[in-house]
Amino acid sequence: MSTDDIVDDLTRDTQNSPEELLTRSFFFVCAVLSIVTTVSIVVLLVTEAAKFFSITAPLMGIEGPTASIVDFLTGTTWEIGNRRFGVLALVSATLMITIGSAIIALPLGVATAIYLSEYAAPRHRAFLKPALEVLAGIPTVVYGFFALIYITPVIQTVLPGTGTFNLLSASIVVGIMIIPMVASISEDAMSAVPDDLRQAGYGMGATKFDVSTGIVVPAALSGIFSSFILALSRAIGETMAVTIAAGSQAQFLNPIDPTAYQEGALPMTAAMVQLLLGDITGGGLAYRSLFAIGLTLFVITLVMNVISDLIAQRYREEY
Amino acid sequence: MTDGHGQADDGIEPDGGEATTEDPSTEMAIQTDVSESVNDSDYTREAGTLVEARDVSVYYNDDRALNDITMDIPENRVTAMIGPSGCGKSTFLRCINRMNDMIDAARVEGDLLLRGKNVYDDDVDPVALRRRVGMVFQKPNPFPKSIYDNVAYGLEIQGADGDYDEIVEESLKRAALWDEVKDQLDESGLDLSGGQQQRLCIARAIAPDPEVILMDEPASALDPVATSKIEDLIDDLAEEYTVVIVTHNMQQAARISDKTAVFLTGGELVEFDDTDKIFENPDSERVEDYITGKFG
Repeated sequence: MSTDDIVDDLTRDTQNSPEELLTRSFFFVCAVLSIVTTVSIVVLLVTEAAKFFSITAPLMGIEGPTASIVDFLTGTTWEIGNRRFGVLALVSATLMITIGSAIIALPLGVATAIYLSEYAAPRHRAFLKPALEVLAGIPTVVYGFFALIYITPVIQTVLPGTGTFNLLSASIVVGIMIIPMVASISEDAMSAVPDDLRQAGYGMGATKFDVSTGIVVPAALSGIFSSFILALSRAIGETMAVTIAAGSQAQFLNPIDPTAYQEGALPMTAAMVQLLLGDITGGGLAYRSLFAIGLTLFVITLVMNVISDLIAQRYREEY
Repeated sequence: MTDGHGQADDGIEPDGGEATTEDPSTEMAIQTDVSESVNDSDYTREAGTLVEARDVSVYYNDDRALNDITMDIPENRVTAMIGPSGCGKSTFLRCINRMNDMIDAARVEGDLLLRGKNVYDDDVDPVALRRRVGMVFQKPNPFPKSIYDNVAYGLEIQGADGDYDEIVEESLKRAALWDEVKDQLDESGLDLSGGQQQRLCIARAIAPDPEVILMDEPASALDPVATSKIEDLIDDLAEEYTVVIVTHNMQQAARISDKTAVFLTGGELVEFDDTDKIFENPDSERVEDYITGKFG
């Protein structure tokens, strides 16, 4: 082979061949598409919500009734008919369902993950983990009427005086719904803990319990926290089940009062469904409140995701 | 652990393997005596036997990995096990603390006695056994915890009494790591260098005061300087502990051990004798061939 041949061969520009350019553009368009969609939704939420508040509405060229942003963020009464838009009434219901479902799902999910990762024989795990993930595939509307038809009557037997629609039932069902998420992600994190560390523990005379709780769980902490935050974000954003189970009566409740969970309330997502199902007219104040709630919800989940990342970084262990 | 380690006093109890005295006060004096003979080229006195293997065979499914191993591991000595890859030396090491239990496919036959008690008896709790038989692994594997918590781990899981600070310091000193880490006990064990991590693992293994320390190629992942520190350390450890070490490195076995077992392919123990004899004048031709590098 002569030098010229070598030069020809070695100076091919494969990086910029037509196929490379085509595939590169294709993947770029796909990536951009999702970003554009996300950004558009956020822009839509912000602009429509801006038309809702009296402080920003003039900037958007809106005349007619508007709502005070201070009343929106601090008010505890949500009555659309009376133009009282206190989002805290909705936030309190969402918060209570989140707390209630967290109390159920976080311990159960982590315990399930420990069982699957540390105790279950491989053949049991091969069966149990997919079974658990099926739980996540059940349509949420099914969870909703499951709560209404089965969970609520049981609660009413145990705690007489509980309403047909109540936050406890909604919390339980959302809790059940997010267990697979906590369990599955936590289990992935625990399985990723190197076997060296378990061997070290067992070699020291640690019991299975010592190794699971003292070595594996701490080493997998960042993944476990991530699963918590993702699951709670899911609980906050959950719509169908809570719309069915929690009722439609907007009221502000004290999240740390256990008896308050026996009452029904209107979570943010359910309020949005209610607004959409009602005869709201495009461009009206009630219609715009939809976007204000949506933006609030978005900000809450965004903040949670940021916190999740920070926590995951803080507790990340390199092993 | 209240009964400590190394009570079967070679020289005092001729049948050492069976003997357990509860008096730790005689320990130090005896150990000083022992240390003089460690690595002594004129090593002749039989130490008491701590671990006795009787026809130990290990099967992985139907494949035999170890073939009728019978050997007596002396107390307060360094016993090395050498041999080519796949000869079963690590498998044998893991029989002593029953780490093979965790491999479903593994099956152990024969008797393995620690101070005369068969550790494979049905009534033996492997967790309790492993508290007496510590282990150091090939790859340094400190927990993702602070240096202090790594060393204190064994004490914590055993709910041991006593001043943990003191035990942690003492263990790190014995592991020749104290001077390097005394100002950073709260920092993660993973921030240490590989050689320091391995010494941390040794400190962790000795903190609960086991009787036996098993080492599975403890220096094979380390550089020569770190290796030499570990070797010095093993020498010191034999003053108080019985050390059983698997190594690929024949020079290492010759340098640090009192007794050497040569395993050859097929899971067979070909020769087990004083290290000097093995390296200078082995009985078996196969061992001689292996030692001199003719194969393996």
